Amino acid sequence: MTTPLLDIEGVTKRFGGLVANREISFQVGRGELVGVIGPNGAGKSTLFDLLTGFLAPDAGHIRLDGVSIAGLRPDEISRRGVGRTFQKLKPFGGMTVLENVMVGAFQNTADPRQARAEAERALESVGLTDRAHAHARVLSTGQRKRLEMARALATRPRLLLLDEITGGVDQRGIPGLVELVRRLHADGTALIVIEHNMRVIMGISQRVVALHLGEVIAIGPPATVTSDARVIEAYLGRAYAG
Amino acid sequence: MRSRLGSVAAWVLLGAALAFPLVFTLPYPRDVMIRIFLYAMLATAWNVLAGYCGQISLGHAVFFGTGAYTSTLLFQQDWLGGWASPWVGMALGALLAALLSQIIGYPVFRLRGHYFAIATIAVGEIVQTIVINWDAVGGARGLFVPIKRPDSLANFQFHESKQTYYYIALALLVLAIGISRGIVRSRTGYYFRAIREDQDAAAALGIPVARYKQRAMAISAALTALGGTFYAQYVFFIDPESVLPLSLSILVCLVAVLGGVGTLWGPILGAAILVPLGEVTRVQFGGTGKALDLVIYGLLIMIVSVVQPGGIMALLQRGSRRS
Amino acid sequence: MTAEVLLQGIVSGLLMGLVYALIAAGLSLIFGLMEIVNFAHGEFLMVAMFTSYWAWALWRLDPLVSLPLTVCLLFVLGAATYWGLIRWILDAPMLAQIFATFGLAVFLRSAAQALWGVDFLVVKSPLAEGRISVGGLFLGLPQLVASVGSLAAFAGLHWFISRTETGLALQATAQDRQAASLMGIDTQRMFALGWGIGAACVGVAGALLSMFFYVFPEVGATFSLLAYVAVALGGFGNVPGTLVAGVVVGLVEVLGGLLIAPALKYAVVFAIYLVVVLWRPQGLFGRF
Repeated sequence: MTTPLLDIEGVTKRFGGLVANREISFQVGRGELVGVIGPNGAGKSTLFDLLTGFLAPDAGHIRLDGVSIAGLRPDEISRRGVGRTFQKLKPFGGMTVLENVMVGAFQNTADPRQARAEAERALESVGLTDRAHAHARVLSTGQRKRLEMARALATRPRLLLLDEITGGVDQRGIPGLVELVRRLHADGTALIVIEHNMRVIMGISQRVVALHLGEVIAIGPPATVTSDARVIEAYLGRAYAG
Repeated sequence: MRSRLGSVAAWVLLGAALAFPLVFTLPYPRDVMIRIFLYAMLATAWNVLAGYCGQISLGHAVFFGTGAYTSTLLFQQDWLGGWASPWVGMALGALLAALLSQIIGYPVFRLRGHYFAIATIAVGEIVQTIVINWDAVGGARGLFVPIKRPDSLANFQFHESKQTYYYIALALLVLAIGISRGIVRSRTGYYFRAIREDQDAAAALGIPVARYKQRAMAISAALTALGGTFYAQYVFFIDPESVLPLSLSILVCLVAVLGGVGTLWGPILGAAILVPLGEVTRVQFGGTGKALDLVIYGLLIMIVSVVQPGGIMALLQRGSRRS
Repeated sequence: MTAEVLLQGIVSGLLMGLVYALIAAGLSLIFGLMEIVNFAHGEFLMVAMFTSYWAWALWRLDPLVSLPLTVCLLFVLGAATYWGLIRWILDAPMLAQIFATFGLAVFLRSAAQALWGVDFLVVKSPLAEGRISVGGLFLGLPQLVASVGSLAAFAGLHWFISRTETGLALQATAQDRQAASLMGIDTQRMFALGWGIGAACVGVAGALLSMFFYVFPEVGATFSLLAYVAVALGGFGNVPGTLVAGVVVGLVEVLGGLLIAPALKYAVVFAIYLVVVLWRPQGLFGRF
């Protein structure tokens, strides 16, 4: 049996008395697209922080390709092929869009010309080529989301973590983003996508992990998870659980 | 188009700078220009750490003093025998400053923003206090640079005219700008700026943040120390009050901030305005001139930070921006 | 190093520590409100001390008598600093925020130097003068009055913040600016008030210090450093925490001077600052 790309086992994180993540376990296979859902406060972003080195777990294992990455610094994890976007967007405001993405591209080359070429490719794949020379701080929310993705993509990750990319984007922009994620998946990148938009999750995920109050309450194909009584109860309350 | 104009302007200015001492042969104008070059160079060095990498150091005088004291002590005490030329001292001073910067940086870079700035002030004050109380390096009395005649490049001193000093200062400035420019275009420069904009996002893109901050610090410290040695060989006397005070750190910051933090030309613009300004207040107000200088500097710093934190360069760019 | 000298030192450090606590409380209050470090805090203290000095030199008013005047003046200075300077840089990049108050510090310090020179001035024969003996230890009366006064002011501040409506509004604004304004709290007024009170704390401390401390333009510098350390130790934004922190700083300063070397006592204090912010960034009692 092939080793999964990402293996999370019994991961727990506490902040004082609050247990943000409790015994979280699941796996992500090579090139798989896993959706993560859960109401606010379920511990989704904490999980991302744990996976990308911004937090260290209090218990449990996190293995990338069989090698433990728990407790490594964010830049070390990034260089091992894990990219991410942030829910609270973090563009390099004082730099241009192209320069932003070049920072990502520099992970794989020290040559500015090569980095520039790679960055231009990434910008094209997210559809931001025409804004390449604008300063990042003047972009709209939807454009910033694309920028974050392009930046992470330029590092050529094997696993990409997307944190609520449709949040704050108007209806017209969503299909474009979904199409982008589909293309990335088709190219072979493994993805973990945190999303609130159920239609998006249903449309792109191969499997879905549902979190509630820090615990995994359901894992499985999208249709199964979204009709799971516990999941419905978590989002909408007992009355809707049927 | 704009950058080509900038290049032409740069060459013209360089030409003018080279020709200046041939036209102005009196010591006073040359002295003013030398000090403009020196401050522009110090501000350029500070800019690498603070402007590009975003780490606001308010204690940079430490490195200036390191350069000055290292070369002077070496020259004075003749420790290396015949090799005690101030040039060797200059190189050694830069090395020591870089080393010191790493030692300081290791704990201090874990701090961010305000806390980092406070720590740099504290380091500066502590070092100055230590040197004042350390007799082996002259204490509060300071050190005199041995005068050796006749003028010689090897001994890094010229008493007949300021001309060679002028060209050395210009060369140091060009060196600092060259290094600065080289950094900006390289991966290191992009990484510095990313760290300045958002440290966490930078780390998530694979940048070893602490390592790059230390790198910026080392480059900045080494360049600053070169200026310290130059100063010692120009003025022939150093003491904690002249090469280690907070006011020097402030002035270096102000030169960069007024001109435009994080730009190549900012430090030069800032120096070109502030040094003559200092001269005017000194001539007008004599002894109290020094305190009055600082009053004006304080006002300027406040005004710049409120009105246009990007300094004069930002004002100019706003004016020339095409919609 | 006899036990007596050590004990004397500890008491002395404790007394001064209470004054440091009051100075730090003002700084912590301002930071808690808007996450801006007032780099000119030490200079506010200097202004307070000069006010007391000149009230004595010109009108023969004892610092204790002119204390209300000093406090009012400093309150106005703090609020005016907010209105004239800080208000414009609330959302500015950090560089601008640091330089704004830093510039103010430079301005105040050099203005004092330009106006009054670098001489060390001193208030002679204040009302609180001499020493008293308590159980074999000698306590300077001015120092004792200063620490009791600081403690009283600290208590007053704490009462104001936690028991009055305005004080609670201040706390609300510190915790969540937007939510507070949605509740009808005028955040601009709160900020100005916060700066005024923070400066007023320093006003009290300065008036008290002028009874026995030299008054000169640079005096703010060392107190600044000690205040930053105390605020970091107590937790930025945690006003009650600064009481313990101030005392700790006072003790470390004295003991560092006694046990290591007088010239290096500030180095010891700075070392404490580093240790605290690196090992426990939220301070001993911090919020975050």
